Amino acid sequence: MRNHARIGFVLLLTPLVLWLSLLIIIPHIDMLLISLRERISFGVYDTSLAQYEKALTEPLYLRTFWRTAIMSILATGITLLIAFPVAYYIAKMAKGRLQQVLFLLCLIPFYVSELVRTFGWMILLRETGLISNLLQWVGLADQPVEMLYNDSAMMVGLVYTSMLFMVVPLVTTLESLDDSVIEAGYDLGGNGLSVLREIIIPHAMPGIVSGSIVVFMLSLGNYLTPTMLGGKDSLWFTEMIYNQFIVRSNWELGATFGFMLLLLSSVIVWGMLRLTGRTLQETMG
Amino acid sequence: MTKTLLTTTCLTVLALSQTASADTLRLLTWGGYAPDEVIEMFEEETGHTVEVTKSNNEEMIAKLRATGGGGFDLAQPSQDRIMGPQMEFGIYKPIDVSKLDESLFIPSMLKATMGNTTVGGDVYGVPHVWGTSGLVINTAEAGDVVKDYTDLCAPEVAGNVSYRLKRPTLIGFAFALGEDPFAAYGDEEKYAEIMQKVETKLTECKSNVKTYWGGGDELMNLLRSGEVTASMAWDTGGWKLNDDNADITFVAPASGALGWIDTFVLPAKGQADDAAYDWINFVMQPEVAAKITASAGNFTASAGADQFAEDSLKAKYQASFPQEAIDNIKWYPPVPAGLESIEGDVLDRVQAAN
Repeated sequence: MRNHARIGFVLLLTPLVLWLSLLIIIPHIDMLLISLRERISFGVYDTSLAQYEKALTEPLYLRTFWRTAIMSILATGITLLIAFPVAYYIAKMAKGRLQQVLFLLCLIPFYVSELVRTFGWMILLRETGLISNLLQWVGLADQPVEMLYNDSAMMVGLVYTSMLFMVVPLVTTLESLDDSVIEAGYDLGGNGLSVLREIIIPHAMPGIVSGSIVVFMLSLGNYLTPTMLGGKDSLWFTEMIYNQFIVRSNWELGATFGFMLLLLSSVIVWGMLRLTGRTLQETMG
Repeated sequence: MTKTLLTTTCLTVLALSQTASADTLRLLTWGGYAPDEVIEMFEEETGHTVEVTKSNNEEMIAKLRATGGGGFDLAQPSQDRIMGPQMEFGIYKPIDVSKLDESLFIPSMLKATMGNTTVGGDVYGVPHVWGTSGLVINTAEAGDVVKDYTDLCAPEVAGNVSYRLKRPTLIGFAFALGEDPFAAYGDEEKYAEIMQKVETKLTECKSNVKTYWGGGDELMNLLRSGEVTASMAWDTGGWKLNDDNADITFVAPASGALGWIDTFVLPAKGQADDAAYDWINFVMQPEVAAKITASAGNFTASAGADQFAEDSLKAKYQASFPQEAIDNIKWYPPVPAGLESIEGDVLDRVQAAN
């Protein structure tokens, strides 16, 4: 009997172990080894920390690194600000069928691929695009307006891409909040703001934290949106990794960048959990 | 019952062995170089099947490097990207020229490409499609201003310019600034100095640029909608747009268009060399080569294919390239390994500059 249970345990564990080791751990070890190499001449490599030194001393790399981090945090914040009222409306105000329809409406943009959605934004925002023409037609602008290829356009794209991943956890946590608790808050003399601060936000905290972590990770690792919507100045860190690997054939520096990004996202997620006083188990479980 | 089962098994085994013996040619190439029509003709004539993967120079080399030269049986990088990667990563295998019908190639082009792709006495590449990159311009709007790469920085075209942040841009600007980057290929110090000048110019020029284009279709859209009037691009891009808008066309810059030749190479771990040689011999036939010219928009190294090419394409080619412009084409020599990191740093700094 005990033996049977053990076989079952091993069988259930195998896919997870295979997945983790073959697709995550082994490639990362390989990446780490590559990042610790330095090219001497044709096919001759030496072990050294030269790549990390280069990555940490070249101002351009550091600037892009921090820019990507700060913009991702900003995108997460904006997404939260927009998604919270939406989620609150879906979870608390809308009833029955309307609730389902609204939830579905949030989901529908994700039926098409990210590439198509990004192209949609390009059609809207470009100089000869829909919004520019509309503004001219209404008379608010007397010449074509270029709204593409800048940081704002990129931010719009990032927020749009990650909306759903913030709305879903928020709706789930807000739905579990008993309406009578909110009523009690008002009965005890609270106003809208204090009820929001003292009751709703603390209750929604697990949803806020897990949503924020997912959105932050998605923004930080996004390649398509910054490349297509971003302007000539908006270099994203993932773009630099791609450039080093594919365009420059410099796998060593690319692997180093990859590890820097991994470290950055780990540190920021850890910081976010510390700041909100939560543990990973609470948030994910 | 048993009989049916047996027959089915036999049939299955037969079917399996059938697919195993017929060669599958896994071709890593550019868009337009293997049109469906040509693939069908080839499959019918030889019995091989062809699987096409479309890519570009950098991705081809990255893909082959990742697998040590496996996963494909025939690839088509540009001739300047063969010697360096071969010395560095050993991702190609030598071509047995005796298995090719040399009479199908334009002799001068075959000789030049073989010379540029020889490593340690072995030949690694033979030519296929060639073309140039230069300026694609809306002549009605910017025709009087933009005659050379550096004219893209002129105030008259500010905000309506687009080019790529890739090495052809660096090379083009270097020539337009009166330097000869190809002559400095062997001298890293001199080359870094030239690139320094180019970097200063490109940083200055940045305010003129609407966006740096990444893919060909992106640039086509920008030019077609009129948002961009002057750009750096391939000749075929200009000629294709010329069909829609007669004002837009390819112009060879005053300092010379940059000439490239895309080749055939055998990846080191390719498994269908015979099919690969068959494919090369098949597509270099003049009639077939003309079909590829019609699909890709560029001419091939196939001898005698010119007479099968469309007249309209020939007319556009002659309009863009008077004889002195042809003589002025700067053909890319093989890139020495160290230079790409110098170029990479320059491109990164230009992109990050304000």
